[in-house]
Amino acid sequence: MSDIDKATVAKIARLARIKIEDDKLDHLAGEINGILHWIEQLNEVNTDDIAPMASVVDAKLRWRDDQVTDGDKQQAVLKNAPRAEYGFFAVPKVIE
Amino acid sequence: MTDLTHLSIADARDLLKKGELTARELTEAHIAAVEAADALNAYVAKTPELALEMADKADAKIAAGEQKGMTGIPVGIKDLFATKGVHTQACSHILDGFKPEYESTVSQKLWDDGAIMLGKLNMDEFAMGSSNETSFYGPVKNPWRAEGSNRDYVPGGSSGGSVASVAGYCAMGATASDTGGSIRQPAAFTGTFGIKPTYGRCSRYGMVAFASSLDQAGTITRTVRDGAIMLESISGFDAKDSTSVNLPVPNFEAALTGDIRGMRIGIPQEYHLAGMPGEIEALWHQGIEWMKQAGAEVVDINLPHTKYALPTYYIVAPAEASSNLARYDGVRYGLRKNIEGGGLVDMYEATRAAGFGDEVKRRIMIGTYVLSAGYYDAYYLKAQKVRQLIANDFKQAFGKVDAILAPTAPSAAFAFGEKSDDPIAMYLNDVFTVPASLAGLPGSSVPAGLSAEGLPLGLQILGKPWDEETVLKVSGVIEEAAGFSAKPEIWWR
Repeated sequence: MSDIDKATVAKIARLARIKIEDDKLDHLAGEINGILHWIEQLNEVNTDDIAPMASVVDAKLRWRDDQVTDGDKQQAVLKNAPRAEYGFFAVPKVIE
Repeated sequence: MTDLTHLSIADARDLLKKGELTARELTEAHIAAVEAADALNAYVAKTPELALEMADKADAKIAAGEQKGMTGIPVGIKDLFATKGVHTQACSHILDGFKPEYESTVSQKLWDDGAIMLGKLNMDEFAMGSSNETSFYGPVKNPWRAEGSNRDYVPGGSSGGSVASVAGYCAMGATASDTGGSIRQPAAFTGTFGIKPTYGRCSRYGMVAFASSLDQAGTITRTVRDGAIMLESISGFDAKDSTSVNLPVPNFEAALTGDIRGMRIGIPQEYHLAGMPGEIEALWHQGIEWMKQAGAEVVDINLPHTKYALPTYYIVAPAEASSNLARYDGVRYGLRKNIEGGGLVDMYEATRAAGFGDEVKRRIMIGTYVLSAGYYDAYYLKAQKVRQLIANDFKQAFGKVDAILAPTAPSAAFAFGEKSDDPIAMYLNDVFTVPASLAGLPGSSVPAGLSAEGLPLGLQILGKPWDEETVLKVSGVIEEAAGFSAKPEIWWR
């Protein structure tokens, strides 16, 4: 696969919600390309008819009775919030 | 009496039982040792008052005849296990000030058994690293130094604080976690015993998530017996973790019979790496001899997809990490950076830019890329298929052998900064540990010798799923045969 460029790195940063300064993009592109090229050796492996492995344990999830087992923890949930108001998490204004 | 901090867990347990030692005495000695060991930077938070409170409770338990293996034993907890009301940040800036309102199952099990918390241990940020150099709280120093040298070495990672506290006599044992080798590699670098059980043996509830299909708790101790005692305490089914497996926990200490006669030990031919230091090969060869002398049969095996394990890991782990670490957004806990006049997205981006270190950012970016539209099949799906092939290799091998013997790491501990500028050189540290992590297998690292410079080297034992007992048994035989009695010179007190 071809190298990813500066614009692609900026796009990934945007998707990952990490602000990266413009002057850091080239360096980061170089590092990411180095790692991606190294990873691409996997293309040598024949994986026809191999099912992707999502978990090393039997993936069947357990059932339990549909009952309330937890709750009423508003104070505990908000305890570590950088800002909480009126029993809610408070964030910068989203709607103008 | 000798220095109480040098006791093994097993010996302390016996002295506590006989009434020749109190948990309070043992805890006070360890609190003093922790205070004196700031130069190691192993602890990021100390909890001496809590420790003394817990010690008195442990002494009451012992007096009431309710002693268990870990009762009265002072331990350190890796900073990625949630401890109620106590510093829990996975050594990241982004979790600044986070004190959870709940306890991880692994630590709760230790407290239920009467163990004592000395504090929280340093680690690579979010367990991403092999040298403990990515911690927001600064690197941990290896208690070991090369013979006649004052140079500092890395303790390995990511459980750098766990191994340094145990090797440096400021904890009798420590919790640790393994995603790609973070228990075994640092154990090898510090002459300690590290064991990672089968994926699903210990609950992940309350462990800060890195790569959920790989993360597994384990222990660091100075002896194999201590590892068996502590691992038993933290193991067991937990309904709060959907990948926890409901199987009885064996008496691990009882597995240490020393008898491996007739056992078949596999030697993976693909682990003979070109360019590997001669002393690593020599140690491995010595390990093979020990196995034969103990009456085991040594068998060459093949794990043909070994060379693809690291690249597979560096797709799967960052992909899962990019998803798991999406929760750090400055809203519910930890750091928040506001941008004057900015909106919600500006706050997210500024918070994550300021809160994550370079290695964590790099992995989130790689993970985001390999999961993004148009690349998912080529990278992530491909990696999951190769992961299956790696797991199949082990399954086939374990049709022929009971355990696998290999080196733990391709070198002894290295100096600070030696590999931190080259991500791939750093990743190669985990070349021997990552395959078993991908397959979810139990594995250990046993101190087995010294490098030419006088730094510890470890041998790795891998077992079948749920067969920690064989891993421990073989580890015990190596420990006995190696008679590893070297100790780091105490320069940090």
